[in-house]
Amino acid sequence: MSGWFSRQRSLLDFAVSSLARRKGKTLGLLAVYGLIVFVLASAMLFSHALRHEAKQVLAGTPEVLVQRLIAGRHDLIPDTHLAAIRAIRGVKSAQGRLWGYLFDPAAAANYTLMVPPADAPAAGQAVIGAGVAAVRDAAIGDVMSFRAHDGALVSFTIQAIIEPESALVSADLFLVAEADYRRLFGIPDGRFTDIVVTVRNPREVRTVAEKIDAALPDTRIILRDEIRRTYESVFDWREGMVLLLLSGAVLAFFIFAWEKASGLSAEERREIGILKAVGWETADVIALKSLEGLVVSLAAFLLGYLLAWLHVFQWGAPLFEPVLKGWSVLYPDFRLTPHVDELQVATLFFFTVFPYTLANVVPIWRAATVDPDQVMR
Amino acid sequence: MTMRSSDMVLAAMLAASVAVGATWVASAWRVRAEQPEVLRRAALVEQLGLTDLALFTEARYTRHPSQSDRHAAFQDHPFALEHFPSGSVLPPRRQP
Amino acid sequence: MIRLSQVKKAFNQGRHNEFWALRGVDLHLELGGVTVFRGPSGSGKTTLLTMVGCLARPSSGRISLGGRDISALPERFLTDIRRSTFGFVFQSFNLLKGITALENVMIPAYPLGGDHGALKRRALALLERLEMADKAQSLAEWLSGGEAQRVAIARALINDPQVVIADEPTANLDSERSAQFLDIVAGLKRDGKTVLMTSHDPLVAEAPVVDRVVGLRDGLIDGGG
Repeated sequence: MSGWFSRQRSLLDFAVSSLARRKGKTLGLLAVYGLIVFVLASAMLFSHALRHEAKQVLAGTPEVLVQRLIAGRHDLIPDTHLAAIRAIRGVKSAQGRLWGYLFDPAAAANYTLMVPPADAPAAGQAVIGAGVAAVRDAAIGDVMSFRAHDGALVSFTIQAIIEPESALVSADLFLVAEADYRRLFGIPDGRFTDIVVTVRNPREVRTVAEKIDAALPDTRIILRDEIRRTYESVFDWREGMVLLLLSGAVLAFFIFAWEKASGLSAEERREIGILKAVGWETADVIALKSLEGLVVSLAAFLLGYLLAWLHVFQWGAPLFEPVLKGWSVLYPDFRLTPHVDELQVATLFFFTVFPYTLANVVPIWRAATVDPDQVMR
Repeated sequence: MTMRSSDMVLAAMLAASVAVGATWVASAWRVRAEQPEVLRRAALVEQLGLTDLALFTEARYTRHPSQSDRHAAFQDHPFALEHFPSGSVLPPRRQP
Repeated sequence: MIRLSQVKKAFNQGRHNEFWALRGVDLHLELGGVTVFRGPSGSGKTTLLTMVGCLARPSSGRISLGGRDISALPERFLTDIRRSTFGFVFQSFNLLKGITALENVMIPAYPLGGDHGALKRRALALLERLEMADKAQSLAEWLSGGEAQRVAIARALINDPQVVIADEPTANLDSERSAQFLDIVAGLKRDGKTVLMTSHDPLVAEAPVVDRVVGLRDGLIDGGG
């Protein structure tokens, strides 16, 4: 056994010196290959962790939500609908919700204005999300004013700021009392944005939903499952940005492998001839070339993955921020919990290391018939 | 140059592998450590009746993708092309 | 001892530019001693050496080494024999560029595994013997002709072969270096090694160290010695 190790080490010595002979090319290859792994691994780690987070955090979203649609657009729902829903068997409770979007010209940001179902702030007071506080540089006690639907000014004193750790779900929230909400937007009593419904028996959710749909044909019903499913395919490979990324990476992989596999240069051919002439078997030459490929691809994978992990889980994925933030002004300050899918990592490892190593070896098979006596001439 | 080049390479690979292994350990540790935080977020979601992550605050249908329907993206204009970057990372809602 | 029976070798067989380098060579080489193969270019000297040294197989005929028929052996066994029995010094030296002289010398032994430290010492000892120790860490492309040849010789000796084969060893050397080369050959002879050389340099063929001269012409032996 020690003979085998010793042999591999000697071959590795020579493989490294072969790579070092073409230092520039090797380092360039390593850098680019590592970069590709970095980008892919970053996207992979980020999307998996985000999906996991969404799954956990949205576990308690409303069971059933009822929206009213007019001409395909979302419209306010009347309390008569609320009464109708309450009358349906299987419904435990139904409550009207008030929430909407508020554009703040002072910050050029969109806030989600909301009346919380319980413990609403007092009149004239507001509880704001950490993102809002950041973008307006606001603290508790500060006053924020907005123009109501009729042009009058409505002011809010900041009562509390939602903890920054929850920024991922609450960064842009602006919680106010019901009276203030209606005053600001001019929504009359008896009208709500939508209705939250809880069901007596969780297994009956679909049946109840069907009943509501039958009773109120101008409504659209959203179930908890659907809400959660929305985030299952965020950053899916079919999505525009991700597809672009993936195609680019796959193309680059392919180019590298093809470059390696398409044949040996005259110099390399000469070297192999000399090696065979001094007593190396074809198997030895293949082992050498495999080690060369292995060293480069393994190094690229380890470095790329390491940097990707740090990028996503330690530094908050700053390279993805432009895509996620897009045109918005408000962006939640969050750091994902490192949930890693081992299978994905293993797959990435496999596709990084094996095709490239194999591509290194392929031209040797074809050049296996290099007659050592050719070097005599 | 007393160290063989193969030894140097093996040492470097080992170091990198150890570092990658460390990320595994760090992941496991942080998952456990950050669990209370995650639970607090989940509690807030339940308490306020939230339906979406506050990730994409550019437009209404990107801020609440679970609440928007297929028409939402075209509210402004029937032939509206997607001009929000986040719209390209979130798929349209699949009908159940 | 090496025996060749009716060995023929053709290149591009079956095609319009078919060329018979050897046309039926019978030869009996005893071990020990220095033999020179002499003849004009195109006479098949180099081809003959490649046959003897297991670098290629004959198109027809038999070659036996120490009583063992090696003409039909599969590549693996042939390589094994080549590695342990023969050491080659090529006309153009064929050192690997970009690595040191020392590493060049050690390369033939890499696939065998073995103690790396011992191999290194052995290689240094060989270079020392050939007065190249101070150039051990020089890259191959920086060596002069004479220096490169000595490194090539050291490389040929690293696996302690029985037979050393040199193809036109003095073709690229001046008289002084040629004489030095012949001194090295004398040293190898003293060590009990067999040396086979091709040359059309009369200096080599008529050197006192040479035991036997074999003439070749048009792929056949032309008189002997």
